[in-house]
Amino acid sequence: MTGPKDKKETHMQPEWIMGLIGGLLIGLAGTVLLLGNGKIMGASGIIGGLVDGSGFGDRWERIVFLAGVFLMPMVLIPFVGTPDTKVTGNYAVLIAAGLLVGIGTRVANGCTSGHGVCGISRFSFRGIIATVFYILAGGLSMVLFRHILGII
Amino acid sequence: MNLLISLLSGALFGAGLYISGMTDTTKVQGWLDVFGNWDPTLAFVMGGAIIPMAVAWRLTRTLRRPAAGGRFPPAPMPEIDRRLVIGSVLFGAGWGLAGLCPGPSIASLSFGGLPGIVFVAAMAAGMMMAPTLKARLDRTVPAE
Repeated sequence: MTGPKDKKETHMQPEWIMGLIGGLLIGLAGTVLLLGNGKIMGASGIIGGLVDGSGFGDRWERIVFLAGVFLMPMVLIPFVGTPDTKVTGNYAVLIAAGLLVGIGTRVANGCTSGHGVCGISRFSFRGIIATVFYILAGGLSMVLFRHILGII
Repeated sequence: MNLLISLLSGALFGAGLYISGMTDTTKVQGWLDVFGNWDPTLAFVMGGAIIPMAVAWRLTRTLRRPAAGGRFPPAPMPEIDRRLVIGSVLFGAGWGLAGLCPGPSIASLSFGGLPGIVFVAAMAAGMMMAPTLKARLDRTVPAE
């Protein structure tokens, strides 16, 4: 129902609380993986290692992790709201975005979880620089594709 | 043991992404859209996630080794290279375009319909192409 344009601040209060609670859970997930298996929780690295075969050695850990990510929201759906990604139905945009995210995260060796959450929390200079650049690029992407070209 | 830990971590990650609203692309785009109806939710998610992780990194110093064996990750590299910057810029551009990054794209796969599946397929294809670009970036003049 609510498009990006008509989203008002009336829902702000519960949204940021849910954001904080969800964020703490994400941090807890990273904590479990780090202190349990000694691994950095980076979604793009976990997926990418399966896709290009570089993570063949611990493939089952990766598959099981992704199964958890995939299944858990389904378990929660009856309790927490109705899920809606509100993602665009424009397939050209989706494919372009997917390619950029896939190439970019693997070339940079990390995404929002690996560089962002796990990198910043250990004061990794690379993580901080990566985060600055992908947020800047994301912001420019909005300016270009939404406000100038009007395609998203 | 390793598999159980991975499953638990994945389940917590999926729960966190879903509860925080990060599977809603308008919240992600809302955060990036500084000139539109700016949505600060993502900052709370990031902040909330960084707090326990900072504690976890602290604990790696005293715990010596992970619970299921093996070693903790090595200290991060200090160098900034072209790969990191160019890759992050490409990622950010795609992140803004669709409002999805790798984690939420998997977390929303069960309810994201065909668009979600198409995004994940394109992302996987991009991941397969990445080594070629990586090699090319390395071949050209290295940044001192």
